[in-house]
Amino acid sequence: MCLGAPGQIVEITDSTAVVDFWGVRRRVALDLVDEPVAAGDYVLVHVGFAIRRIAEEDLAETLAFFEAMSTEDLEGLVPPKDG
Amino acid sequence: MSGARPLELRDVERGRKLRERLARAVERAGREITVMHVCGSHEQAMARYGLRQSLPRALRVQMGPGCPVCVTDAPEIDAVITLAEAGHLVLTYGDMLRVPGRAGSLDDARAAGARVEVIYSATQALERARATRDPVIFFATGFETTAVATAAILLQAPPDNLFVYSAHKWVPAAMEVVACSPGSRIEGYLAAGHAATITGYGVFEPFVAAHQRPVVVAGFEPLDILAGLVSLVDLVARGEPRVVNAFPRCVSREGNRRALDALRRVFRAGDGEWRGIACVPGGELQLRDAYAAWDAMRRFEDLLERAPERAERVDARDCRCGAIMTGLAEPTDCAHFGVACRPESPIGACMVSSEGPCRIWLEHRVAPPRPAAHEGDAP
Repeated sequence: MCLGAPGQIVEITDSTAVVDFWGVRRRVALDLVDEPVAAGDYVLVHVGFAIRRIAEEDLAETLAFFEAMSTEDLEGLVPPKDG
Repeated sequence: MSGARPLELRDVERGRKLRERLARAVERAGREITVMHVCGSHEQAMARYGLRQSLPRALRVQMGPGCPVCVTDAPEIDAVITLAEAGHLVLTYGDMLRVPGRAGSLDDARAAGARVEVIYSATQALERARATRDPVIFFATGFETTAVATAAILLQAPPDNLFVYSAHKWVPAAMEVVACSPGSRIEGYLAAGHAATITGYGVFEPFVAAHQRPVVVAGFEPLDILAGLVSLVDLVARGEPRVVNAFPRCVSREGNRRALDALRRVFRAGDGEWRGIACVPGGELQLRDAYAAWDAMRRFEDLLERAPERAERVDARDCRCGAIMTGLAEPTDCAHFGVACRPESPIGACMVSSEGPCRIWLEHRVAPPRPAAHEGDAP
């Protein structure tokens, strides 16, 4: 029930949208999404409600975080004092 | 987001680098580190992608109370069964159907003739109620992400024959209980990215300040979890109690204000029992008085109070679900795991849902059931 899925908006009618989840299409309510959305946008959907627009620039930030986490040095990671 | 971008979230080479980096961080720390995730979807992703088996040996990732199906209390299920047995139509999410109450499940009630139907969206409850004059009872379960959907339908001028039985739970309140439990060795928390999409990561700042333990909000792709664990181990090893947002493509500090506003208009936080864990102060989302007309607990109060208390199954008494969901035990510590308790015949709630720790461990073969204590008990 708690499983959220990202999907892409195909079309919008009033306060609902048809969202494509990698081939499966569902009608999704837009009442709770907190910014304007348009066809082509990716949204995170939970129990039939879009709860977030997933913006391109935010995805870039995630990829940058992966990069930082895999390369950042280990400075400051010290063994315990008694060890 | 162009078509190829989602694939970058599963880049194999990046995954290798993050696993190596995680191993170096744990090695450098030079001791065992214990952290907890608070989300069934994290456990599911870890099992599906084999992450648990590839974690450094000195890093212990415990499971927290992150499965909404598992923490829905047995008396809540019994109450809804009572309503269904009285002839009312009950709608609920699919994974609630087979969760055992004290005596049976909604699925058992359905097999005996009660009208219990599965929905995948709260909107369907609204549509169903508008299409009939009979009472329609929506057994509304889950954490922040599903609670906002229930709030949204109640804000749409619902018909007066729709009744919501709210078993919604508020996760940050349960983290408080886990952090305060005596003997807890948890040094940091991996918080659920989807719930934080609603609440914002700022909701964890008072928790971090009070308990001096870091919280990293992480998503559900394998790289999200690995990068989140690297960040968390770094914070633990450096002794830096702060909140890190490792899921920036969905989570902001303030969260989804529109959804939170809907949640706060419809619900108030009350004290409530989390199955097998504790009565969690502020852990239960109850309908506000303004929505009393749609509250199944109030509308059917007489019927629910008259219902005889159901006796607990004998084999459920030594179910370890509560200990498993607070990091005090693992599924393999339970004698029923994979033997008497299986997905097709669950004794405890953790074996029911695809987000339940026991079902995940059994189906993804994270660890085999321990040998049966008596001859002939083995499957």
